[in-house]
Amino acid sequence: MSSLIEHTHPRERRIVFENAGKPDYTPDIETYLAHGGYVEAKKAFTMAPEAIISEVKASNLRGRGGAAFPTGVKWGFIRRDDEKPHYLCVNGDESEPGTFKDRYILHRDPHQLLEGMIITCYALNIHLAYIYVRCEYTHAKAIMEKAIQEARDRGFLGKNIFGAGFDLDIYFHEGAGAYICGEETSLLESLEGKRPYPRIKPPYFPAVLGLYMSPTIVNNVETICHVKHILRLGSAQYASMGTPGDGGTRVLCVSGDVIKPGPYELAVGSVTLGELIYDICGGLRPGRSLKAVIPGGSSSKVLRANEIFKIKAKADDGTVIDKEVPLLDMVMDAASVAAAGSMIGSGGVIVMDDSRDMLWALNNLNQFYAHESCGQCTPCREGVLWMSKLSTRMIGEGAQASDASMLHNIADNIAGRTVCAFGEAASWPTQSFIDKFPEEFGPRA
Amino acid sequence: MDQQAQRNTEEPNTEAPFSPGDQGDLSLESRFEGSLSWQAENLTAALLDPIEEAITHYPVSKRSAALPLLHLWQNYFGFIDESGIEWIARRLDLNSIAILELVTFYPWFRQKAPGKTIIRVCRTLSCAMAGSYEVHEKFCKSTGINPCLEGHHGMPTSPDKKFSVEFVECLGSCGSAPVCLVNQDLAERVSLEDAEAIIKKYS
Repeated sequence: MSSLIEHTHPRERRIVFENAGKPDYTPDIETYLAHGGYVEAKKAFTMAPEAIISEVKASNLRGRGGAAFPTGVKWGFIRRDDEKPHYLCVNGDESEPGTFKDRYILHRDPHQLLEGMIITCYALNIHLAYIYVRCEYTHAKAIMEKAIQEARDRGFLGKNIFGAGFDLDIYFHEGAGAYICGEETSLLESLEGKRPYPRIKPPYFPAVLGLYMSPTIVNNVETICHVKHILRLGSAQYASMGTPGDGGTRVLCVSGDVIKPGPYELAVGSVTLGELIYDICGGLRPGRSLKAVIPGGSSSKVLRANEIFKIKAKADDGTVIDKEVPLLDMVMDAASVAAAGSMIGSGGVIVMDDSRDMLWALNNLNQFYAHESCGQCTPCREGVLWMSKLSTRMIGEGAQASDASMLHNIADNIAGRTVCAFGEAASWPTQSFIDKFPEEFGPRA
Repeated sequence: MDQQAQRNTEEPNTEAPFSPGDQGDLSLESRFEGSLSWQAENLTAALLDPIEEAITHYPVSKRSAALPLLHLWQNYFGFIDESGIEWIARRLDLNSIAILELVTFYPWFRQKAPGKTIIRVCRTLSCAMAGSYEVHEKFCKSTGINPCLEGHHGMPTSPDKKFSVEFVECLGSCGSAPVCLVNQDLAERVSLEDAEAIIKKYS
């Protein structure tokens, strides 16, 4: 696997990637223990579970999988003392185009994930947990299962772990090539052995009616790894690395037309998009200029170079003022990207330079969503196919002047009309590409 | 209702699809060609032991073992035939449709034998911008595969059965685009020359 992670930029603040990025680091338990492994898990068992949950709440950790939901709040939905069994499902499906961070944790630092899971399970009174990973990560199963066995042999998993009278089993579960399984309720259906059609919310919030209709926490791989570091650093120090309400570090995965693509772990809000592209990623290829950026995985709305956003900001004296922010000055945290009309999502930044044809790029994404729609809801199942056919026609032969507006109209009629967020994910590229680059969607010669 | 009940309680078909005497000159290879029911007749401990182990991972509901069993089955036989679907369904106390609907849903599973070497080229945006369409075309041309001739839940396969090449969606390695999976191994920053070398290596 690629050595991209072994290159650390001085502006990075590596916590989750600290070990995984070392060239000589190996995924076995001895190496992990030599690097301070399982210290926090042991410490967790000396704490009250409620204290761990409070720490995670105070850390302002937000989910790193796409929705940026505050992890502590999500955990708060679980009632520790109810009679039902609770489950933890770690989401390692990582299928959002542009995202490639969890693969490094799963392949290079499996014990860090296990330690985060042990702490989480203890805090939430969970005795059975699964790691759901896409099968395209072909070596992850062997690596993770070896790590699970090593932890079991040391008494860190199984019965009476750390001698604390707590039982925990963790198993690895492989997906089978379906993007939809990254949606949390779809993941649960898949884990139950059913066709992975997402469940409708309400009532099927995982924290209430999750795996086997029991309270379940579904967290991203990176999110769970952060839990260990919250205990290590303390919530105050962890939170202080980020912005108010969005703590710690997060991995931004940059791909596309930059000189040095790769995963970069940065303190939340510590860089702007311009700094990310030009300082950290070495800028664009010689002679090229920036055209567009997809800031948070393919489903986030595309942003146009030279765009200026009018956002509400708090002035130093506390009053709310209107502020103009050019695209390259946009801070890479959840709130700032949302204020610019897009989302930080899974942190997958795709950069496009002026050599790119936006219709071609949109058609590529439309084909992705047409392939990945699960087919449960009619607007999505039919609509994404129509969008894909239409954008293909616009590139090739048979294009008509009205195609762009028809394409937009189809997207408008999918978003908001489906069980899960795939409908929005599939519509936003089409809507934003056409809105932001209308000149490229007119009739072609 | 009665019919449904009858179907659920139907005795497993213990009669072998063909006894050794009936097989005539059917070689192993020609059996791969059709959908003759045979996989479930060729089970060994190398497959059965991991299957039983996998089922223990799901103490709440053994139906959850459906995907792991399909993976084990496909890794062992190369694809999943009708007898496999029925066998897995029976082992998990399900109707066959509950397994078939997974095989047809998930892109990873296939019902026909693939070529000896499977090449999956990432098709999605970052890889496409880095030239994955050209890489895919190169693979198809040098192996004689017509990418349009995709079989029913099979893979486009070269006439000599040495290669299957397919486009897949994002492989999660966008930073080293374009990438492809050659059997179990990820190849990164694949140039047209690299593609040629891969074909040579596995020919």
